[in-house]
Amino acid sequence: MNRRDALSRVGLLMGATVIGSEFFLSGCKNTDKKGGSELSKDDIAFLDEVGETIIPTTSTPGAKSVGIGAFMNMMVKDCYTDENQKIFTEGIGKLDEASKKKNSKSFLDSTPEQRTALLNDLDAEQKAYYKSKKKEDPEHYFKLMKQLTLLGYFTSETGATKTLRYIETPGHYDGNLPYKKGDKAWATS
Amino acid sequence: MADQTYDAIVIGSGISGGWAAKELTEKGLKVLMLERGRNIEHIKDYVNATKNPWEIPHRGMRTQKMLTDHPVLSRDYTLNEANLDYWADEQECPYTEAKPFDWFRGYHVGGRSLMWGRQSYRWSDFDFEANAKENIAVDWPIRYKEIAPWYDYAETFAGISGSVENMPQLPDGKFMPPMEMNIVEKDVAARVKEHYKNARRFIIGRVANITQPHNGRTNCQYRNKCWLGCPFGGYFSTQSATLPAAVKTGNLTLRPFSIVTKIVYDKNTKKATGVEIIDAETNKTYTFNSKIVFVCASALNSAWILMNSATDIWPGGLGSSSGELGHNVIDHHFRAGASGEAEGYDDKYVFGRRANGIYVPRYRNLFGDKRDYLRGFGYQGGASRQGWQREIAELGIGAPLKDAMSEPGKWTIGLTGFGETLPYHENQVSLDKDKKDKWGLPVLRMDCEIKDNEKKMRKDMMDDAAEMLEAAGIKNVKTYDAGYTFGMGIHEMGSARMGKDPKTSVLNGNNQVWDAKNVFVTDGACMTSSNCVNPSLTYMALTARAVDFAVSELKKGNL
Repeated sequence: MNRRDALSRVGLLMGATVIGSEFFLSGCKNTDKKGGSELSKDDIAFLDEVGETIIPTTSTPGAKSVGIGAFMNMMVKDCYTDENQKIFTEGIGKLDEASKKKNSKSFLDSTPEQRTALLNDLDAEQKAYYKSKKKEDPEHYFKLMKQLTLLGYFTSETGATKTLRYIETPGHYDGNLPYKKGDKAWATS
Repeated sequence: MADQTYDAIVIGSGISGGWAAKELTEKGLKVLMLERGRNIEHIKDYVNATKNPWEIPHRGMRTQKMLTDHPVLSRDYTLNEANLDYWADEQECPYTEAKPFDWFRGYHVGGRSLMWGRQSYRWSDFDFEANAKENIAVDWPIRYKEIAPWYDYAETFAGISGSVENMPQLPDGKFMPPMEMNIVEKDVAARVKEHYKNARRFIIGRVANITQPHNGRTNCQYRNKCWLGCPFGGYFSTQSATLPAAVKTGNLTLRPFSIVTKIVYDKNTKKATGVEIIDAETNKTYTFNSKIVFVCASALNSAWILMNSATDIWPGGLGSSSGELGHNVIDHHFRAGASGEAEGYDDKYVFGRRANGIYVPRYRNLFGDKRDYLRGFGYQGGASRQGWQREIAELGIGAPLKDAMSEPGKWTIGLTGFGETLPYHENQVSLDKDKKDKWGLPVLRMDCEIKDNEKKMRKDMMDDAAEMLEAAGIKNVKTYDAGYTFGMGIHEMGSARMGKDPKTSVLNGNNQVWDAKNVFVTDGACMTSSNCVNPSLTYMALTARAVDFAVSELKKGNL
């Protein structure tokens, strides 16, 4: 990133919501904490399935294949405030509760279709929540999970090179490249 | 000791110090360049420059530890996992904020030349004459015709790419071929030019990224990772350009970990005899002698060194006899502008990551325009197509979201104003003797703020941007003012200004300290006003010019 990118980021902040970057630029409060506690292996496996439901395997691999659960664990531990760690960690239980309520079974016991339906509900819930959320109100756990999934997946080698396009050293610039629907987006700008 | 005596000492190794070292050594002087921080070797020490995004553990995001360790850096985009080591250690080197002040520093060989924004613009006589015409601060002691050949010289060596535009407020230079605007920028530029009948223009940024091979450096590869250090030498830095030139002469000694604590002044000769340093690693004190001293430690640290020097003669330090040392601090206020969406370009995209944008040269308070504030602003900006970071409100999760994210989104275009800050005497940095850094040295106390002139300008910076974008057919235009803290422009200047009179300025028209004629200050400290364009190219030109003068005076026996 350079200053121009940072500025366009600021520009975007004023208008649209930038998933991931916005949160990490301004959402983290400074505390004295040097890193939080680890999630359990079961939690990480659970998050792998949540991530895979958000970004599933299609013609390219899904989020589970990039170790999204372990990525979320690292990010929550290293980057989140105490408050957001708690929201995220408790969110794992809340998500499973929501599954039991909607589908009468735990998230892991649900079919892929049931998982997708549930997480679409939770996504609608978090979007509605953010529409009226005040600055001091807590974050919604599912927004955090979705943000981390998208960030972790699209910046992974698989996400960047298989689902998106990435060239380490482009060598030249073309500002008028023909584009047709279906062509992949660049992983970085 | 013989090895402690040099012809010249250069304090600092950033853009200005690197230029001073190059020019002095090429003129045959034996030079000692002192850098307070560690060495960063070209290419070898750019540890993240060739990594892929997935090799950066937190993908460039901020950890709680980073926020704790770098409270100042965290105030803007500057705090980033990928080049964290290029920024000063805030715990070792604190400062005091009487008023909020963002000080983003690079304490290593190369200084901020490694991380700079690389936008490179000339000043015009509108800028050099403004203080005198408006009776603001003091007059610049130089005019455009005196610096123009040095701009030529600096651009030719540094390698600045840009387009010739024939705009009197933004003189053309010795450019390499310009980078290319993308299709949206080109169309918007054409519509703006027509709508404002040439009075407002969008041009490609003039940038210190080379577009042709140059002096053994490879042309820019469009990676947009400049601030990690460029393994191709694609942009100008001390490491890629001035340092190798100075080393090649055989006349340079570079000493990292050398914190200059004072310039040693001889009251009998009224000249400096050298400098005193603390070795940052061993805490030992050393004295080095020289015939001339170039102070290029970055604007505020150059003022700090002067304030700590010759205090037995002048309590306020060397150069303080005018009462202006440490005063008149200036910066560029920014982060106000507008952005919107460009429709009708769904069949267009770009190849390559262009580390440059478009520039809108100043038009306010020029050519008959008159506002309720003085001076003006330019815009930096650009158009791009959204990537996976965008929010797609109508999609939830799953395959439809993944498929949509795998394609680019809308074209957006944004403009951010960079405004001139007037030089107010009361905007000041001074020594805080109650607070010490890791080496027991007093720290700087910052007491600066923008005033009504800048605040009024910010409204135009937003509204004009929106008006231009709308005139060019951009949709859903939104203005913003994301706030500005003094120093955030990372263009701090003015703390030892040039002038025509020793009673009201610290330096003369050759960057010579009035009170010690063998001491030259050529970094941002010397600037008498801020203009609205990025300042580093002007430091390069002024440094080369001052070295030429200094060496000529030395040969004449005048120093």
